[in-house]
Amino acid sequence: MELVEAIILAVLAASTPLLIAAAGELVTERSGVLNLGVEGMMIVGAACGFAGAWLTGSIFIGALFGIVAGTMMSLVFALMALGLAVNQVATGLALTILGVGLSGLIGAGFVGERITPALHLYIPGLTEIPLVGRVLFGEDAFVCFSLALVVGVWWFLYRTRQGLILRACGDNHVSAHALGYPVLRIRTIAVMFGGACAGLAGAYLPLAYTPFFIPGMTAGRGWIALALVVFSSWRPGRLVVGAYLFGAVTILQLHAQGWGVGVPSQFMSALPYLATVFVLVLLSRARTGGSTAPAALGTVFVPDR
Amino acid sequence: MRKSLLALAAGLLLAGSVSAASAADKLKVGFIYLGPIGDLGWTYQHDLARQALVKELGDKIETTYLENVPEGPDAERAIEQLVRAGNKLIFTTSFGYMDPTLKVAKKYPNVHFEHSTGYKRDKNMSTYSAKWYQGRYIQGLIAAKMSKSGVLGYIGSFPIPEVVSGINATILAAQTINPNIKVKIIWANTWFDPGKEADAAKALIDQGADVIMQHTDSPAAMQIASERGKLAFGQDSEMIKFGPTTQLTSILDTWGPYYIARVKAELDGTWKSEDTWGGLDSHMFAMAPYTNMPDDVKKLAEDAQAAITAGKLHPFKCPVVGQDSKPVECKGGANLDDGQILGMNFYVKGIDDKLPGK
Repeated sequence: MELVEAIILAVLAASTPLLIAAAGELVTERSGVLNLGVEGMMIVGAACGFAGAWLTGSIFIGALFGIVAGTMMSLVFALMALGLAVNQVATGLALTILGVGLSGLIGAGFVGERITPALHLYIPGLTEIPLVGRVLFGEDAFVCFSLALVVGVWWFLYRTRQGLILRACGDNHVSAHALGYPVLRIRTIAVMFGGACAGLAGAYLPLAYTPFFIPGMTAGRGWIALALVVFSSWRPGRLVVGAYLFGAVTILQLHAQGWGVGVPSQFMSALPYLATVFVLVLLSRARTGGSTAPAALGTVFVPDR
Repeated sequence: MRKSLLALAAGLLLAGSVSAASAADKLKVGFIYLGPIGDLGWTYQHDLARQALVKELGDKIETTYLENVPEGPDAERAIEQLVRAGNKLIFTTSFGYMDPTLKVAKKYPNVHFEHSTGYKRDKNMSTYSAKWYQGRYIQGLIAAKMSKSGVLGYIGSFPIPEVVSGINATILAAQTINPNIKVKIIWANTWFDPGKEADAAKALIDQGADVIMQHTDSPAAMQIASERGKLAFGQDSEMIKFGPTTQLTSILDTWGPYYIARVKAELDGTWKSEDTWGGLDSHMFAMAPYTNMPDDVKKLAEDAQAAITAGKLHPFKCPVVGQDSKPVECKGGANLDDGQILGMNFYVKGIDDKLPGK
């Protein structure tokens, strides 16, 4: 039982950065903008988040630093891709390259430093509940926040007028523009939200997951978050399934290796990707049977005045 | 970003090299790094060695490095860039640069190349590596002494001979202390992913391992072991900062003396293509101080280190018994020969697991 609990806790920790970054990117893409710079925004968030926490001694301020850094990075993207209508794919890729270099520069002075990681929650009464207490109320606050974030994103997209407008921009920016909605302004806000989430997801790594900063520590998690958005067919609910499935298979394959199941480790390492793609593709085939991408995703929009 | 800035700088250097007469007097030495110099592991140690080189011979040489160079075709471009910038001796510091280095070496016969951990050489291309398995043997002794559960946790990067020989050396040593020692092996299938390394360490500890060893590059596993009150070994560099009461020792890559010797040879005009595979005796690596262990264990480790350095103790002393309970052919007389260790693709008896791909 203890082992099961330990595994679940490890899965939560591994899935959280993916979930946070992917939730932000989902909103960005729903507004019709494809920002491939998630990895770059995450790694800058990681560097600034660690810097903030190290300088102030506060994990909360560190997380804020991460959010602000991610947002600033996304503004660079917004300026290029929305303001100057540059190709979004190229801009996003460039943002990642910029981010990787910039984070190395920002973080250079902090390499080898340590901080006290985010404390695990302890809510009297709730955390002590057998079986589920530590899993639901015993992790760090980032884990709880990530779930609240996804619920919030779902609520916003499907239950509010603003969410409907944002989705309209993503499906047909010409119509949305004709109806008088400020398409570019809405998209800029969506891009900033995506940047803030990516920055926070990046900050989670040095603040809670592995409490030190090393250049390149995101190790491709931004790309996985991007893939999760696509394979969840831009739906928050499936995103949660995908992120936790990916985390679960990642952790379980490590345990399976420890138990010595005798399956080649190269295959085991590929398993999280295979399982996640397989399940999410099945899910989207079963329901809709076709592409559900925002129709205007990745297209440039220049309003005629 | 910094890489491209450096590349730009290298390009400018090239353009300015005709007029810069003073710089032409100095020997230019180039380095290609796999990771960032701040990775606290593999690349960091190579850069420490470069700094030692500059300190020693700074008035006669000028060094340039390109960091974060991916293995594969990109590396070829980066190496060529260093050649065009006028570097006469170039160190390429990762296994995956082997073919790109060879290709560039063939193209520029007047430039000398030094490739780390590979096995392909040419008239103007040397290789160099270290016998880390010697250090792993010492770690195995310590681990078996310090483990209360009798279960060791081992995080591997890729199932290549260098890593496999490290696992075998560890277990052979541990078995001399505790014949029933168990080892749980998890392959991360990456050299560097702090999150995944941490997850692997958690999994090993959750499954009962109480001494964690790693052949991956970040201090994440050390930190998890520290958090859980277990013991661990560092990798490549000093990691005691991440586990002051956790680190037992660490295998430290110390390339400095080699780099200095090779650059001196280049300056004297005596450089020639060689294959260097040095151990504790030639200072290609060192052991970090033995910490967090009782004095008798420390003495055991120090004695083993002295015996290995003096050539009295060989980790792969015959008979080496494979998982099929049959002794492995003994090509080196009293022990396995270098070729067998460099190409090791089997587990020794006592490892209750299957080598991936076997």
